Amino acid sequence: MTKVLINHQEVEVPAGATILEAARKLGVEIPTLCYLEGKLPIGACRVCLVEVEGAKRLVASCSTPVTEGMRVHTNNKKVREARRTVVELILSEHEGACQYCTRSEDCELKKIASHLGIEDVHYKGEKPPVHIDASTPALVRDSGKCIKCRRCVTVCREVQGVGALFPQNRGYKTVIGPAFAMDLDHVACVQCGQCAAICPVGAIQEKNDIDKVWEVIENGTKHVVVQTAPAIRAALGECFGYSPGTLVTGKMVTALRRLGFNAVFDTNFAADLTIIEEGNELLTRLKKALVDKEPVSLPMFTSCSPGWIKFAEYYYPEFLPNLSTCKSPQQMFGALAKTYYAAQKGIKPEDIVVVSVMPCTAKKFEAQRPEMNASGFQDVDYVLTTRELGFMIESAGIDFKNLEDGQMDSPLGLSTGAADIFANTGGVMEAALRTVYEVVTGREFPSADLRLAPVEGLKGIKAASLVIQGTLPEWNFLENVEVKVAVAHGLANAADLLDQIKEGKASFHFIEIMTCPGGCIGGGGQPRYTDDSVRLARINAIYQEDAGKKLRKSHTNPQIQKLYEEYLKKPLGERSHHLLHTHYHERTKV
Amino acid sequence: MSVPSQKTQQTQASSSQPCGCQPSEEEMLRSLDAVIDGFKKTDGALIPILQTAQNLFGYLPATVLKHISMRLNIPYSEVTGVVSFYSFFSTVPRGKHVIRVCLGTACYVRGGKEVLEAFKKNLKINVGETTPDRMFSLEVGRCFGACGLAPVAMIDEDVHQRVKSAKIREIISQYQHEGEDVKEAKS
Repeated sequence: MTKVLINHQEVEVPAGATILEAARKLGVEIPTLCYLEGKLPIGACRVCLVEVEGAKRLVASCSTPVTEGMRVHTNNKKVREARRTVVELILSEHEGACQYCTRSEDCELKKIASHLGIEDVHYKGEKPPVHIDASTPALVRDSGKCIKCRRCVTVCREVQGVGALFPQNRGYKTVIGPAFAMDLDHVACVQCGQCAAICPVGAIQEKNDIDKVWEVIENGTKHVVVQTAPAIRAALGECFGYSPGTLVTGKMVTALRRLGFNAVFDTNFAADLTIIEEGNELLTRLKKALVDKEPVSLPMFTSCSPGWIKFAEYYYPEFLPNLSTCKSPQQMFGALAKTYYAAQKGIKPEDIVVVSVMPCTAKKFEAQRPEMNASGFQDVDYVLTTRELGFMIESAGIDFKNLEDGQMDSPLGLSTGAADIFANTGGVMEAALRTVYEVVTGREFPSADLRLAPVEGLKGIKAASLVIQGTLPEWNFLENVEVKVAVAHGLANAADLLDQIKEGKASFHFIEIMTCPGGCIGGGGQPRYTDDSVRLARINAIYQEDAGKKLRKSHTNPQIQKLYEEYLKKPLGERSHHLLHTHYHERTKV
Repeated sequence: MSVPSQKTQQTQASSSQPCGCQPSEEEMLRSLDAVIDGFKKTDGALIPILQTAQNLFGYLPATVLKHISMRLNIPYSEVTGVVSFYSFFSTVPRGKHVIRVCLGTACYVRGGKEVLEAFKKNLKINVGETTPDRMFSLEVGRCFGACGLAPVAMIDEDVHQRVKSAKIREIISQYQHEGEDVKEAKS
């Protein structure tokens, strides 16, 4: 342990800790722009300068380790003036358009500038040319707003293992972007939006679909239905000042109804459906492998997360046969809304518009995949992020905090607790095991509270195994089989796991992969700013939602049972195959 | 770090070609792969590999950069980021001969600028450009460490000392003829 004095207060931190970490331990706030929790500091932005007694110059607190007896000043005239100069220099090149930038209310640069009391920028000069890249369905990048802090570079390479962004050129001409500063649709970007989630300014944002949604609602000739992903209810409240981890399911439903949607449904319904289809797919693959001794692709991977799908298509095409053929819940919902629901309501599918609210930017890309038109039309028309929904509610003048709770509509609004936990890492695995175990043994999943602790939490790669005993006659080929499962979140962790499997160092039957750290609750479309404490708070809220449900296993959802009786007939049947399953194709990485 | 010198690379490239003609792209990629594989376990191998590639191909075409990205398992954005950072690397084709006129302090005061102007006038190109027949590219150098011989111009590996503007045409023609000689010898 090392003892240091920060602003005359003593604090003890482990050897090797940085001044910034020591200050935070004391509750002393130092502004940062390029710093990212848990990542190697790069000291690019210079906003976190502090004075160390005896040092010749001010030092960047994010990248300076403490030494015994170090005396640090984080807020004196010298430090304030230096930070002011740094921020003014950043502002002098920043084409912020702050009067109407959508980040103006939560812009980290604006906040720091205002805390430093900056009223004018004393450095006038040339500004770099502005290029707006709106080439992809999910993301818009504005080089004029970019302050070159490189958080996006770090998150894309180190957290997601993609590396679509890197500084190009040099000095004043530096731009952060894909190779040769090309547009994003020319390169292997998975559209996860983690860059947009951590950008301190408005340089990377989701492509805004709000106006298109207003238009179809107000047009009045279409039946506009909305589905909300499981992760929305645990985060939307943050847009209205609730602390992270506040569940706002009921208020969200009421708000959606007030916005004018004709029916408010739940992606959770389709999540329950996914479990039935995916669970049966897994059992079919296991039977082929263990009984029929046919060549079959195992381990099977979950396929709910569109960033992961695109990642596999680019980087691990050899594993594409291992991906479950199940569409994601969003797409299953879209296909059913324009077929099953359309028929029930007597509405032509072309007159139904499906809007999704997702914690995710990659869902915008997924909805536009050409194969996602099982109903004969684009199954999901528009995708809004949690942030976009929050903005719509606010701009519509709805007093969110004082809304009464509402209930989802029938039939696509009922779901079980198993669907709720699709929102977090490990949740799809738990949901699948709740159903698969019961199908195979006739008994409830034997773990405490239907949860499986080893696959929960924020560790990057998690694994568990269970020996199946007491199988029903139909499934006796699984008797005494040790089923091995794994869970990874964050694509760099997924890549690590895939490499282990490729090298024969690990073997599993079933693997859940979620693109974003923490799973969907930490998605690229969620309210900013998401760090591990926020992730854990949202995960707790999700398990709270699960625990509060009367039904907690997907196969017990009566509306799902009815859907099979009336329409789909059986899991993996012909209709399922057509509406609920898909295929993947290899993409060129470079 | 051992970097294969330009000389070795050139010999390698031409030694596989007894006829003296340009090696095919495939052959050059093969020689590049041998170098990349030799560096596989070395951190920071990207820059020496890019140098080697530029020596082989004369410049760094996108196909070669993509190839390096794949083989080294380094994101393409990072490869092009490094290439665009250093002025030494060129992503546009360069002439058979690269002329670099030194504009370091010593060469500058002894008439380097006039020498550069004379090259521009004779070749009818600007700095950073290549003649339409792909024979010559013109670049500016910043001190080759031959200040006593100023003004200096380097053409490929040859150092031309105390260059006078009036002699430029003669210098250029040496290289033009060299090209023709090869053609004649072939036919």
